[in-house]
Amino acid sequence: MAHEHKLEIFRGLLKFKSNTQKIWGVLIFLTIVTAIEVALGIIKPEFLLKSTPLGMKALNWIFIILTLVKAYYIAWDFMHLRDERSALRRAIVWTPIFLVAYLVFILLFEADYVYNVYKDGFVTWNF
Amino acid sequence: MDSTVTTGSEENVWGGGNRPLNASYGKLMMWFFLVSDALTFSGFLASYGFSRFKFIETWPIADEVFTHVPFFHGNYPMIYVAFMTFILIMSSVTMVLAVDAGHRMKKNAVIWYMFLTIIGGAIFVGSQAWEWATFIKGDFGALETKGGRVLQFVNADTGERAALADFSKTITDERVDHEKKNGVWYYEETALPSFSLNEVIEGVKANSNIVIRTEQINEEGEKTVLSREESLKKLNDATSVVEGANLIRNEYGSRLFADFFFFITGFHGFHVFSGVVINIIIFFNVILGTYERRGHYEMVEKVGLYWHFVDLVWVFVFTFFYLV
Repeated sequence: MAHEHKLEIFRGLLKFKSNTQKIWGVLIFLTIVTAIEVALGIIKPEFLLKSTPLGMKALNWIFIILTLVKAYYIAWDFMHLRDERSALRRAIVWTPIFLVAYLVFILLFEADYVYNVYKDGFVTWNF
Repeated sequence: MDSTVTTGSEENVWGGGNRPLNASYGKLMMWFFLVSDALTFSGFLASYGFSRFKFIETWPIADEVFTHVPFFHGNYPMIYVAFMTFILIMSSVTMVLAVDAGHRMKKNAVIWYMFLTIIGGAIFVGSQAWEWATFIKGDFGALETKGGRVLQFVNADTGERAALADFSKTITDERVDHEKKNGVWYYEETALPSFSLNEVIEGVKANSNIVIRTEQINEEGEKTVLSREESLKKLNDATSVVEGANLIRNEYGSRLFADFFFFITGFHGFHVFSGVVINIIIFFNVILGTYERRGHYEMVEKVGLYWHFVDLVWVFVFTFFYLV
């Protein structure tokens, strides 16, 4: 079975000579991202905790975005989605993304509402 | 397949044998399973988010819960989980190298990379078991109030957390665990905590430097520490002593926190465990030369997909349980 591998990452910014090299390259990238996450988690820079774009701490947004970046490279390069037909790739990726975004939207809004009910003292829970 | 008669004009579209996605049946089914499994995990994580947003001001701070590293004493938040994450990513890499070696029909390379993958998976499962044991055993101990809220203790002089053993009084006439060896009239009872409620309360009263830390997170993002007077008043609300964690109560704070921890990391750990088992089966198949005779190593690729998926899920669990 002949397998074609696309050997570019970062939209062609980085080209590898072989698939093996690309794997190690992606590992280095994922390790760096994880190290940044852990470092930020330990240091917790003050200014990232203070600013809250879209109602959540900037630090948490950074964590979530870095997680999605990591997920992208695991799926694209380790699970070979980069080499699959685009129809298969889209079916696999967009189906869960749509459903999860929908579910998260509903649940988090509802949870925020419940939080407010508790906070405004309609339910006694902290005694 | 050869017996199927097709006319020339039908062959291209309707004649069968087309593979519009250019992937084999087995691989498509693996992807089907992974997508549905991803939705299951998303459901768990979303409900975790629901509970957390509900108690957004009182949720335990992960940095203060997971602070241990095996063989080391002291306070190292995050370090061990980061190590576990790295191990899992590393085993993902050896897996993808095994798949790559399989494409090039290099049997010995596949065997070695599969072996390393299995070792990585085993280290991860072992680490998770250790993490669970530490979590269940607990650190400092706490009191629980009527409403199921947790009161922890802080040394007011140093600002450090105070363990129940550091300040509790020993009152000799308190009742002890009734065990089977002590009498015929033995009924099962749950284990008593190392200190009774009374011993802890007397201990707090006797040590003027012990104050209570509530679950409430203040504006600095830290748990609120009460003054000495408030602490003594708050003691009246306490109903029981909690040490460690189980599915009903835990000393870290919100009960749901431990429930979700056990449930989600447990479900993920089960995936890793079954992944290791499947990897071992494939490993022996490779050694026996099954795929060499079959002419391709697609089976390695399929278990590889499952293995990477486990890694993928961990990336999310890591973020939402330990970082955010």
